[in-house]
Amino acid sequence: MKLLHKGIDFYMNHKKLLIMMLLVPIMAVPFFGFSPYMMRMITLSGIYIILALSLNLLTGFTGQVSLGHAAFYGIGAYTSALLAIRFDLSFVYTAIAGGLVAGFFGLLLGLPTLRLNGTYLSIVTLGFCEITRLVALNWMDLTRGPMGLTGIPLPKVFSWVIDKDAEFFYLILILIILTWVAINNLIKSRTGRALISIREDELAAEAMGINILKYKLIAFTTAAFFAGIAGSFYAHYASFIDPQSFTFDESIQILSMVILGGMGSNLGAAFGAVILVSIPEMLRGLQEYRMLMYGAVLVIMMLMRPQGLLGNVKLGDILNKKPVNEEEVSQDA
Amino acid sequence: MILQQLINGLTLGSTYALTAVGYSMVFGILELVNFSHGSVYMVGAFLTLIFLTSLKLNFFVSFLLSIILTGLLGILIDKVSLYPLRRKNAPKVTALISTIGVSIFLQNLVMLVWGSETKNFPLVINPGAVELMGVKVSFLQMIIFSMCLVIMIGLNTMIQKTRIGKAMRATAQNAEAAKLMGIDINRVIMITFFIGSALASVAGTMVGMYYQTIDPYIGYMAGLKAFAAAVLGGIGVLPGAIIGGLLIGVIETLSAAYINSGYRDAIAFAVLVLMLVIKPSGLLGKQVSKKV
Amino acid sequence: MHKLQIEGLTKTFGGLTAVNNVAMHVDDNEIVGLIGPNGAGKTTLFNMITGLYTPTSGQLLYQEKDITGLKPDKITDIGIARTFQNIRLFPMMTALENVMIGLHTRTHSTMFDSILRTKRHRTEEKNNIQRAMEILEMVGLESKQDEYSKNLPYGEQRKLEIARAMASNPGILLLDEPAAGMNENETAELTGFIKGLKGLGMTVLVIEHDMRLVMSICERIYVLDYGSKIAEGVPKEIQSNPQVIEAYLGKGA
Repeated sequence: MKLLHKGIDFYMNHKKLLIMMLLVPIMAVPFFGFSPYMMRMITLSGIYIILALSLNLLTGFTGQVSLGHAAFYGIGAYTSALLAIRFDLSFVYTAIAGGLVAGFFGLLLGLPTLRLNGTYLSIVTLGFCEITRLVALNWMDLTRGPMGLTGIPLPKVFSWVIDKDAEFFYLILILIILTWVAINNLIKSRTGRALISIREDELAAEAMGINILKYKLIAFTTAAFFAGIAGSFYAHYASFIDPQSFTFDESIQILSMVILGGMGSNLGAAFGAVILVSIPEMLRGLQEYRMLMYGAVLVIMMLMRPQGLLGNVKLGDILNKKPVNEEEVSQDA
Repeated sequence: MILQQLINGLTLGSTYALTAVGYSMVFGILELVNFSHGSVYMVGAFLTLIFLTSLKLNFFVSFLLSIILTGLLGILIDKVSLYPLRRKNAPKVTALISTIGVSIFLQNLVMLVWGSETKNFPLVINPGAVELMGVKVSFLQMIIFSMCLVIMIGLNTMIQKTRIGKAMRATAQNAEAAKLMGIDINRVIMITFFIGSALASVAGTMVGMYYQTIDPYIGYMAGLKAFAAAVLGGIGVLPGAIIGGLLIGVIETLSAAYINSGYRDAIAFAVLVLMLVIKPSGLLGKQVSKKV
Repeated sequence: MHKLQIEGLTKTFGGLTAVNNVAMHVDDNEIVGLIGPNGAGKTTLFNMITGLYTPTSGQLLYQEKDITGLKPDKITDIGIARTFQNIRLFPMMTALENVMIGLHTRTHSTMFDSILRTKRHRTEEKNNIQRAMEILEMVGLESKQDEYSKNLPYGEQRKLEIARAMASNPGILLLDEPAAGMNENETAELTGFIKGLKGLGMTVLVIEHDMRLVMSICERIYVLDYGSKIAEGVPKEIQSNPQVIEAYLGKGA
């Protein structure tokens, strides 16, 4: 027990250093000689890390539970795919366009938040996700409906065409770092404090001079922007997209990652993404139990630790200040 | 033609109404959205089918068993995923997420146990129909509509007249005060979940018979449409669930027939989103002011 | 010219009139008390001044500017900050962060400044932390800067809430029962603290049930009962006003 405390304290005190140290082996991943399949899983985890980080900004930090994050992911993917197919644009532009269009829809979805809260807001985001999917399914001229968009070109960063596993890996790594730094900087600032205060007590935040609508819109737009970028990468990486990839189930997967890893902790969200992508893959026999597992994760986390594994509570605090009966359990262990 | 669509819409709408009651009653008493209700509806349909085909039981026995078991499932869901949160006074959104978890769990459990492919639902009712002024109304449609009507009237009478109905209304008004007046809140909650889930089983079975097929995914859409119906009519208000259900059914059928059938599911969502944004309290609900 | 002027302010909820045609004013650098039995409409009045409720009728003037019906964040921006009767801190934010939220309206870096870590962000953030620490020191919480506010003892939470409101550098500070739940020592300390605010040039409007506190710090007092103003004056006058005594002790006493 004491060792655990020390470990947690060490983690808390040297967080930055540890994350930096973690970056070194991560940079070297393409040299480990992983199989193409493994590299694919790692790259996929990377996409989900961006999705989880962005949803975490909205749900974990600002407290707005969105059940429609996959919609922004999809909007970003379709935008870039169409731009790349029709105009042969470089990834730099398609990604930014994907992010911006997704961000615009985030702004739109954020508007009703002035009047809606909690459960109702979540339901509206769910409705938005379904409507987006149905539009993608029915707008044949633009999206080719259920047939999806095929032949999305490989991403080009200006004149450099990305086509090797290692290159894809570094591209997603750069995107993760950009997202991470941007969200982290945002959180640790005047804007970020305003977002967190809305999660903590909306009314008090308003009474302290925070324009609730403005900051909720910032959260929605920024979260959607980064989800759009993730979608953009996915479209180029997979070279094929269809409405099936951006369903409610997908939204739930992203939400599960944030909830498992930790609401309001970037490291937690990233951790949740990696776990929930890799566990079903590692236990191949359990593949068909994957969604069952997501369901169970949601229920169990809500009952046991709504703040997630690495939620923004100091871990040491929780271990010290648990309610009596829970403390007994942890001491037995 | 439009009359025919209207009849079809009302049939579908009455099953939404039955399902919407579950959302509405739970919301009335606990002020939370039980997202798993759609999956409960699907489980209800599956149970009837399994008793009917695998165990070769008589239809009425199968139906009755399904109603009871589904009702009990509702109670179980509350005990497992909601009661612990209630005890901790957790925010309402945790209840939503927890029941989403239950919903996904149930749907995938059914897929694992009975397979994810579409299953045929055998004909148990005479497939005949009556034709009146060019409008065809099948026996099944009549049964579905009248059954829903009878159940709704019965339920309304129960809530208005009986002891337990009064206890339910008192709890919905003010749970704390009801408790002080000696009402067993937990019993009220249990009965609420039982009734809501049992009705979902009725609706699920009816829709299974109507379309003659079921699959593990039916609960998701039906659940969301029923939720849209509950919100449209005014969540927590019983007559609201009926009006909302019938309206959603009719709007959906008409827009599928005259606008674009690809967007038939989107209509319900659009109604839901618009209603939540414009008047979250619904057609028959009362506006609540924010508490400071 | 009064700093805050309230004219004919009324608020009804359905058929119930919570505040009825109240007129009052607060002058610069004054400490004014607002008292009355429970349910007299004191907090409702606060909620109207701070924009949480829109008045049914009447007018609110701050420095001769009409602020009736403005949104709460706007009102704080203009210069009215408050505390809540049932403490509303941000529980999972540290004491320092809570105070820094108070500085929100007095700072201007945008989300792009934050993301790009511009010079504006860096200097402002540095000044913010310094200013917030100064305010924490004023309420004696400087050693608790990194504690989550939910982990602070009750009395310190009350102080932190005042510190948070003070951080917005308000023209008028509204305190809603600051001594509620405090023991005698803490109340005495709080009394001294509020008195000290006057020395700093602040203006305070305070709702309080602790008569000793009210009588010792307030220069003028308004009394509400059943939503209507029944008395106003200096503490001495209020103490001997028969209507006030009746309101507190009940008719026939």
